Amino acid sequence: MNKKNQAPLFYVSKRGSIGWVRAWAVRGGAVLLALLVNGVITSLVTGENPLQVYAAIFDGSFGSSRKVWVLLQNLSMLLCVSLAVTPAFKMRCWNLGGEGQALIGCLAAAACMICLRDAFPNWAIILCMIVSSILAGAVWAGIPAFFKARFNTNETLFTLMMNYVATQLVSYYCVVWESPKGSGQIGIINPNTHLGWFPQIGPYKYLLNILVVAVVCVFMYVYLNYSKHGYEISVVGESERTARYVGIKVDRVIIRTMLLSGALCGLAGLLLVGSTNHTLTPTLVEGRGFTAVMVSWLAKFNPVWMILTSFLLVFLGRGAGEIATNFGLNSSFGDILTGIILFFIIGSEFFINYQIHFRRSGDKEDNAHV
Amino acid sequence: MDNKIPAVTMRNITKRFGPVVANDKVWLNIYRGEILALLGENGSGKTTLMNMLSGIYFPDEGEIQIDGKDVVIRSPKDAFDLGIGMIHQHFKLVDVLTAAENIVLGLPGKLDLKAAAEKIRAICEAYGFEVDPAQKIYDMSVSQKQTVEIVKVLYRGADILILDEPTAVLTPQETDKLFAVLRNMRNDGKAVVIITHKMHEVEELSDRVAVLRHGQFIGDMPTAQTNAQEMTNMMVGHPVVLNIDRPEPVDPKPRIEVKGLTVRNIDGIVKLDDVSFTANSGEILGIAGISGCGQKELLEAIAGLQPVEAGSISYVGDDGTREELIGKDPLSIQQMGVSLSFVPEDRLGMGLVGNMDLADNMMLRSFRSGRSMFTDRKTPHSLAETVVRDLEVSTPSVSTPVRRLSGGNVQKVLVGREIASAPTVLLTAYAVRGLDINSSYTIYDLINQQKAKGVAVIYVGEDLDVLLELADRILVLCGGKVSGIVPGRGAKKRDVGLMMTKMGGKTDE
Repeated sequence: MNKKNQAPLFYVSKRGSIGWVRAWAVRGGAVLLALLVNGVITSLVTGENPLQVYAAIFDGSFGSSRKVWVLLQNLSMLLCVSLAVTPAFKMRCWNLGGEGQALIGCLAAAACMICLRDAFPNWAIILCMIVSSILAGAVWAGIPAFFKARFNTNETLFTLMMNYVATQLVSYYCVVWESPKGSGQIGIINPNTHLGWFPQIGPYKYLLNILVVAVVCVFMYVYLNYSKHGYEISVVGESERTARYVGIKVDRVIIRTMLLSGALCGLAGLLLVGSTNHTLTPTLVEGRGFTAVMVSWLAKFNPVWMILTSFLLVFLGRGAGEIATNFGLNSSFGDILTGIILFFIIGSEFFINYQIHFRRSGDKEDNAHV
Repeated sequence: MDNKIPAVTMRNITKRFGPVVANDKVWLNIYRGEILALLGENGSGKTTLMNMLSGIYFPDEGEIQIDGKDVVIRSPKDAFDLGIGMIHQHFKLVDVLTAAENIVLGLPGKLDLKAAAEKIRAICEAYGFEVDPAQKIYDMSVSQKQTVEIVKVLYRGADILILDEPTAVLTPQETDKLFAVLRNMRNDGKAVVIITHKMHEVEELSDRVAVLRHGQFIGDMPTAQTNAQEMTNMMVGHPVVLNIDRPEPVDPKPRIEVKGLTVRNIDGIVKLDDVSFTANSGEILGIAGISGCGQKELLEAIAGLQPVEAGSISYVGDDGTREELIGKDPLSIQQMGVSLSFVPEDRLGMGLVGNMDLADNMMLRSFRSGRSMFTDRKTPHSLAETVVRDLEVSTPSVSTPVRRLSGGNVQKVLVGREIASAPTVLLTAYAVRGLDINSSYTIYDLINQQKAKGVAVIYVGEDLDVLLELADRILVLCGGKVSGIVPGRGAKKRDVGLMMTKMGGKTDE
């Protein structure tokens, strides 16, 4: 048989549908496979026992109750930004400016804490913080939204650029408000008076953030799936022409949704300054605006799944830090392991949507009797 | 013919998509020097079968022989090497390149556009095409683009040509031209396969017909020995009546009055020029014209989707009140209490959302109802169930995304939703394009039912035979102007065809 006449070694076809159970079996298999590959790489490259490395990763998140709280705090902040960018994504409006929108929220909150501390009572300061940071985030998203709706500019580039503007603004004010003088940093704001610090629920420093984000999560789930606004967002995202055809005002939906998106990013910034860190630095948001993109996509824009995906990313991130300190490995090694796991998880979606047929041996004989 | 070796033999071909069997043990012979018409309803597996021949899909079972030799077609490149070329329904051309550039795109060897242009001219001369190798694709009409596609496969040395519904987008005149070219190819000894729904084209053009039904091969025969009725029965599986009803309009009264309507598109080109007409209740007004002569702009202007430069569109209510529709968007037209339904040409890109299920698509028209912030899901869900039951939509359930349905079922869902709101005006654009006979007749029936209810129907069609049978009056557009309005009863196809290409349809003395 010459080469030309051979059936291809394999070919790919789309699956009709795959059962719920089998889909999760594929995903679970992918994670196991990723752990296996990571194990091999770990022992080959570092000579460490992979099981100990995995134990360390687990310890990084669950090693002590403090670590669990940190995990939950990081999870909720990442989830908050992810929930914020999701309505825009669902509308196929690529808001990559979550970072800047959250940071500008941080700036607004810090500004209230610093500039109003001598004039206003604590409750008024907190009220101003809430209003101004949510407003600031909304404005930061509203500007690109306005230009997209009016002049059809590219929201991806626009929102991305707004991030740099926000970072530069914060850098500037870090010098203006530096404390102590000459340090170029702000340090903890109102360390003695605690003005503008959000109240702590009992002994749990992070509980307030977690509860607020839980409420946002429920709100977003209901908003996207059951409200008229949510339906409009889906229609605009799927087809702007269909939206116009049924009389949806597309411009208005784009601006409204981006304002919501930015407002929730601003809320994340508010929580970071008012509740968690009580300070302002240009890197305060820690790239969550970008990680949020991955969280939202991995969960296919479903707010409930996003709890899982943001947990996964935070868990892996904490684990990477833990093995870096425990084993004296470069912290990039943790990122390599994280990358491999994500590769397998994202790759597994291909096998859920497509089927691979291999050439059967004895194919020729099968058909010979026909 | 019996002792000829077939150019292509497909034996026992089976192809499954998940649980769906698209082709079930299909046998098919294709001969050189012959035009084969491949017939079948939507979803009967014609395109799938041909896609396996052109290397887009790989069969799950079965084998393919070319000139009596076993071959395996793994990719479109393999198909090209075997001399198989397919012209798809949706053209695959790069808009900003010229015809010649598109034709040589992807070929190995040095890029020599001059030599290519020479070869293209030679091909055009041999078969009677008209292609300017230096013309950009975006400057071309649909029929010119199709010509480029055909020249492209001939340039690559194809001698087995497959055309998937080539006439769906052509005018009668363009179709005649295409058929002349295809006959030239046949006489040159090439094998030609044409997929089509239009019976009169099959009878006019093909030498042999092969029929598929539900993915199975039903039979083939010389065209001369069969007729439209028999072929239709084979396709559908039971006898079908091939007549379109046209009851007399009951008490027609003016419903939509268009006066001096002028519309420019985004590029400032005049698409409608001083168009005036009246559409009456209880009557079907057919709109005929070469594609792109302003039909789309006309319907979209009435529906409030198209900015208008001049003129007026008045809606006349039952009590004689008049409302101006120009300057209103679909939402404000709806809020005015004008119940206007619109079945647009682009079903999945405009009328429906492909990724949403049937129930959510029903909601497109009604989701605003009620004061609550939340959407009412129950009413659209039961509407979807009603539409599925009444119009016999074949779908696994009402929670299936509509893009998974076949063309005919998609159209039933869209029409079902649009007539559910009890419209007084129904606009339809190419309502049966790409639909098989059974589905087409369902749609004609639905439109006639609306007419009987006193709805003013404006029906933009491309199949003149159907327009002449269905419409009470026919408005012919020519280059954005009204070329004439003729009564549907007694109108001659030739006259209407002339009016489409020339104002008033008069030949120069």
